Amino acid sequence: MDASKSIVIKQLSKSYDKHVLALDQVGFEVEKGELFGLIGPDGAGKTSLIRILCSLLKPDSGMATLEGWDVVKDYRKIRSNIGYMPGRFSLYQDLSVEENLRFFATIFGTSIQSNYDLIKDIYIQIEPFKKRKAGKLSGGMKQKLALSCALIHRPKVLLLDEPTTGVDAVSRQEFWEMLKQLKEKGITILVSTPYMDEASMCERVALIDNGKILDIASPQQIIDKFDKHLLAVKSEKTYQLINDLRQFENTHSAFPFGEFVHLASKQAIAENDLTEYLQKRGHKDVIIHTIGADIEDCFMDLMTLDR
Amino acid sequence: MKKSIIVEDLTKKFGDFTAVDSISFEVYQGEIFGFLGANGAGKTTAIRMLTGLSKPSSGKAMVAGYDVITQREKVKKHIGYMSQKFSLYEDLTVRENIVLYGGIYGLKNKMIKLKSEQMLEELQLKEVSKTLVHSLPLGWKQKLAFSVAVMHEPDIVFLDEPTGGVDPITRRQFWEMIYQAANQGVTVFVTTHYMDEAEYCNRVSIMVDGYIAALDSPGSMKASFNVKSMNDVFLQLVRPEKTAS
Repeated sequence: MDASKSIVIKQLSKSYDKHVLALDQVGFEVEKGELFGLIGPDGAGKTSLIRILCSLLKPDSGMATLEGWDVVKDYRKIRSNIGYMPGRFSLYQDLSVEENLRFFATIFGTSIQSNYDLIKDIYIQIEPFKKRKAGKLSGGMKQKLALSCALIHRPKVLLLDEPTTGVDAVSRQEFWEMLKQLKEKGITILVSTPYMDEASMCERVALIDNGKILDIASPQQIIDKFDKHLLAVKSEKTYQLINDLRQFENTHSAFPFGEFVHLASKQAIAENDLTEYLQKRGHKDVIIHTIGADIEDCFMDLMTLDR
Repeated sequence: MKKSIIVEDLTKKFGDFTAVDSISFEVYQGEIFGFLGANGAGKTTAIRMLTGLSKPSSGKAMVAGYDVITQREKVKKHIGYMSQKFSLYEDLTVRENIVLYGGIYGLKNKMIKLKSEQMLEELQLKEVSKTLVHSLPLGWKQKLAFSVAVMHEPDIVFLDEPTGGVDPITRRQFWEMIYQAANQGVTVFVTTHYMDEAEYCNRVSIMVDGYIAALDSPGSMKASFNVKSMNDVFLQLVRPEKTAS
């Protein structure tokens, strides 16, 4: 086995009730110390995969190892060497901040003092509230406490299941800054998210949809592989613009992206032709420019191919 | 232009804590109004007051022409509401959900039948009309929930994070449904954590610590903050100390 890999996943499948295929032959590897993103919408299979990796769920077929330990056979080793933060708030609501942290340290056979250096930067932000019950914390503070608790036994691998879902844009950014600092300390981090824009914070990502991996690469490589021409188009009537662009002869797809509509086409479209077409359909103040794809454009394109 | 929502000095206090601090704004009929803010800024409390679920401590608000303090039941009849967390009954089928909500909204049986067929057709859910909502993909659920929320043809629909976790294609299809409803004159009041969706709104407000820190069209807001995206506007308002440098 290649000792440089932290997580190895091979042909992993999992179904529920025989009908729902949650994971379909998933396979990829995560390097030691890598910040790896698992990106996909709800129902894509992210939680099933993470639960298998932390030995809470058994796969139907295929295998996975973390730091060389098999997730089924070596589950005890796995559990004491990984940190896991589930999607829903996992702490004891009626214990205080400090009590939660001490509890997690104790069950992993360690103490807050011996690993304090690892969580210091995060914990210091909630320390003023250490006597407060966890259930009374704000969303952002709960998240920081949960991360501290997942780290207190100095795990080699950190598995985070949608830590930023439902969290506002500012707190999301702060959370990613914390993850980057943890990565500097050599911890392998696998984090799942439905927010496509967070892909850019990861070194490599796996795009996942319907239980299948659509692509695995660095965010830049994924963008470089996008094989369509892309124009950003704007007029003062967005809804009509989307409909009119879909009827334009060379259009592959047209989707709103913020104030613009992204028009993807297999062949390059001359901006003049498009302007003329839109003006004929009554659009004023038409703005068109050529743009590069972002991860969301790529995801949508791969998703359409797959479905 | 006709106003769907008029809010004046609306305030909600819980003990010593002021969750919503004297907010005032107006929303026009057929407008898509984005109601943004950080977690804990007071958005949910404000929405609960506007939908007649929570009584304001002071101030007033008119929604669809009715007073949210003295005419709460009238308000509830003339609005639609959907949220990410709860909108449909998971252990009822698609059709049962439609019929149930039609009944709750007081539609006549004939109308419910007609509307059910229309909705199943438009949403392409005919083949799964007898399927439990529980087993539908999230994106389908959310599209169905939206249709149900507007089936009684309300003046205003409140959408509380309707697209959280939804895949990028369905998320956009959802917004096309919003555009369509707004085009037909329905006022849309929507919250979201996706900053690109803020750009789809005619106007947005951003709440910080219980008050409205900014209210304008996305274009004007970006221009006045001299930034390229709504994400940057949001960061500057919510964490000014971090972005000042």
